[in-house]
Amino acid sequence: MRGGEGPSRAPVLQFTNCRLLRGGRLLREDLWVREGRILDPEKLFFDERRLADRQQDCGGCILAPGFIDVQINGGFGVDFSLATEDVGSGVALVARKILSHGVTAFCPTLVTSPPEVYHKVLPQIPVKRGGPHGAGVLGVHLEGPFISRQKRGAHPEAYVRSFEANAFHDVLATYGSLDNVCILTLAPELDRSHEVIQELTARGIRVSLGHSVADLRTAENAMQSGATFITHLFNAMLPFHHRDPGIVGLLTSDQVPPGRHIFYGMIADGIHTNPAALRIAHRAHPQGLVLVTDAVPALGLGNGRHTLGQQVVEVDGLSAYVAGTKTLCGSIAPMDTCVRHFLQTTGCSVESALESASLHPAQLLGLEKHKGSLDFGADADFVVLDDALHVQATYISGERVWQAEVAGQ
Amino acid sequence: MRLVILDNYDLASEWAAKYICNRIIQFKPGQDRYFTLGLPTGSTPLGCYKKLIEYHKNGDLSFKYVKTFNMDEYVGLPRNHPESYHSYMWNNFFKHIDIDPNNAHILDGNAADLQAECDAFEKKIKEAGGIDLFVGGIGPDGHIAFNEPGSSLVSRTRLKTLAMDTILASAKYFDGDLSKVPTMALTVGVGTVMDAREVMLMVFQVMILITGAHKAFALYKAIEEGVNHMWTVSAFQQHPRTIFVCDEDATLELRVKTVKYFKVHHPRCSPLTSITHVKIVEKNVPDEQTG
Repeated sequence: MRGGEGPSRAPVLQFTNCRLLRGGRLLREDLWVREGRILDPEKLFFDERRLADRQQDCGGCILAPGFIDVQINGGFGVDFSLATEDVGSGVALVARKILSHGVTAFCPTLVTSPPEVYHKVLPQIPVKRGGPHGAGVLGVHLEGPFISRQKRGAHPEAYVRSFEANAFHDVLATYGSLDNVCILTLAPELDRSHEVIQELTARGIRVSLGHSVADLRTAENAMQSGATFITHLFNAMLPFHHRDPGIVGLLTSDQVPPGRHIFYGMIADGIHTNPAALRIAHRAHPQGLVLVTDAVPALGLGNGRHTLGQQVVEVDGLSAYVAGTKTLCGSIAPMDTCVRHFLQTTGCSVESALESASLHPAQLLGLEKHKGSLDFGADADFVVLDDALHVQATYISGERVWQAEVAGQ
Repeated sequence: MRLVILDNYDLASEWAAKYICNRIIQFKPGQDRYFTLGLPTGSTPLGCYKKLIEYHKNGDLSFKYVKTFNMDEYVGLPRNHPESYHSYMWNNFFKHIDIDPNNAHILDGNAADLQAECDAFEKKIKEAGGIDLFVGGIGPDGHIAFNEPGSSLVSRTRLKTLAMDTILASAKYFDGDLSKVPTMALTVGVGTVMDAREVMLMVFQVMILITGAHKAFALYKAIEEGVNHMWTVSAFQQHPRTIFVCDEDATLELRVKTVKYFKVHHPRCSPLTSITHVKIVEKNVPDEQTG
């Protein structure tokens, strides 16, 4: 950045004939971009007395902020939890492929694994800006191993552990380094979780509650210690009970610290959550809903057997199970499919569905100034959608990084 | 003076827009020959601006060789405040058309030296060759721009303190809080508008806001009584080429005789422009007429 003297001579792009998601509404406005950021055209007109250098007609489409996936375990045969010499290539492959799903930024997720795996893999997944090469990496989501044995779901039992001995020291020893981490899922009923949550929060890491048998009281305490997210609501936690709603009760808890609210991930693939349950959650607390894919390496591949962490999974249509069981182990529905399904199932507004996949995850991660919105000054990461919310094109920093094939070309 | 009476707001807006459009096209603006337009703000011209944008989007009208000069701007309001006239012009007009930003002139209410800003504005108008068509409205107290009762009829662009009536009327745009309403504005003078080669004054209102009857008394004072600085619009009785575009309600305080006189002379169509523009030229586009 220069010293701020004088206007930039970089070219100005104007995206016309479109509807923008801005301020929670779809407005008929043009999107102006310069140097990878969204520009205020009124300032350009009156201050710099300039028009756009290039115009791009968007054919009446919807322009929404690029989708942000904060829980994705791999895809296209890549397993983020597999400790190889070249984890970077796998991350890059997924990053490139998910552009076609409208995802412009994501958090590669590691499931419960032994310390050796974390020590080897974590340093190979640095935070990275997105671009034509692929969606941006915002940081790693560590889902486990400090979870409830009982609610481990598809996670391997052998590597589930607690931190009751040395609290945060155990955490550091297990993972090696937390430098590239932005979200950590743990079970708050584990002894000394309060200390761990506080320390993680102090380091800017978002703490998420999940794979847990915590009651509401325990969950509320965890929130007050700093937890701000719930990992795949309803899945791998105690069911809602009217005398103890458990973690689910956080959606309407009155113990939430003032000025804050809880965010919660939901897998809207039509399999992990019954439509009625999805609607109950959405109606109870629409502002906190974050759509996640929780996609497994089988995403984008066909039916058959594939690896996830230390186990083998079986894919059948849109479902993926732990091989030989009926335990779900992640979804294979792409993010744009989840957005469409969410819209249809809840009957919510298009704006609400789009914000659940963009603005809310950005807010969860404290990135809403630059990501998850089309406000002036934000990064020009956006997705062009038709009225049925099918991705037509994906842009990162104002550059087109993916485009749907047009029939007849 | 010509008095054109249309049935309602939409028709009046369309008539005014067509007039402006035809004037520009007929002028044949080009690289060395810009058409200069004086422009108003407020609720009255909104329909007209919408129509002009429509003509532009249809490919019938370009503002590439048009220079605009707005009548006024609040003092002390940040330029990007939603109620500033800069915001109004950007949102309702400039962002939808192809005008060169260097040719869109609006007074700067945040200038360090306000009088110098006004003088510079007058100079810019002069350098642009004067105004071909100044479009404006009239206030219920007969003011034009912010030239409120008592303003000199030969006044130039200057700083004005707003009348209490104006501040009260504007309060609704500032959350109903009087303390938030600007108390001063920069405005073109009556003399400045009188210098224009042609003046078109719009006297009509959207029904839901307030009816045209609101302006009727001011119109009566402006055209049926004498020239008087308490009703500054009356100055235009001495302009060689002025049109008042009205809706029915605006004529409520006029004599029946006056209305009948002008309705009889309601213009028929004689196209000002070539065949390629016939589609935007319909029955009620006026022919060349002065006086």
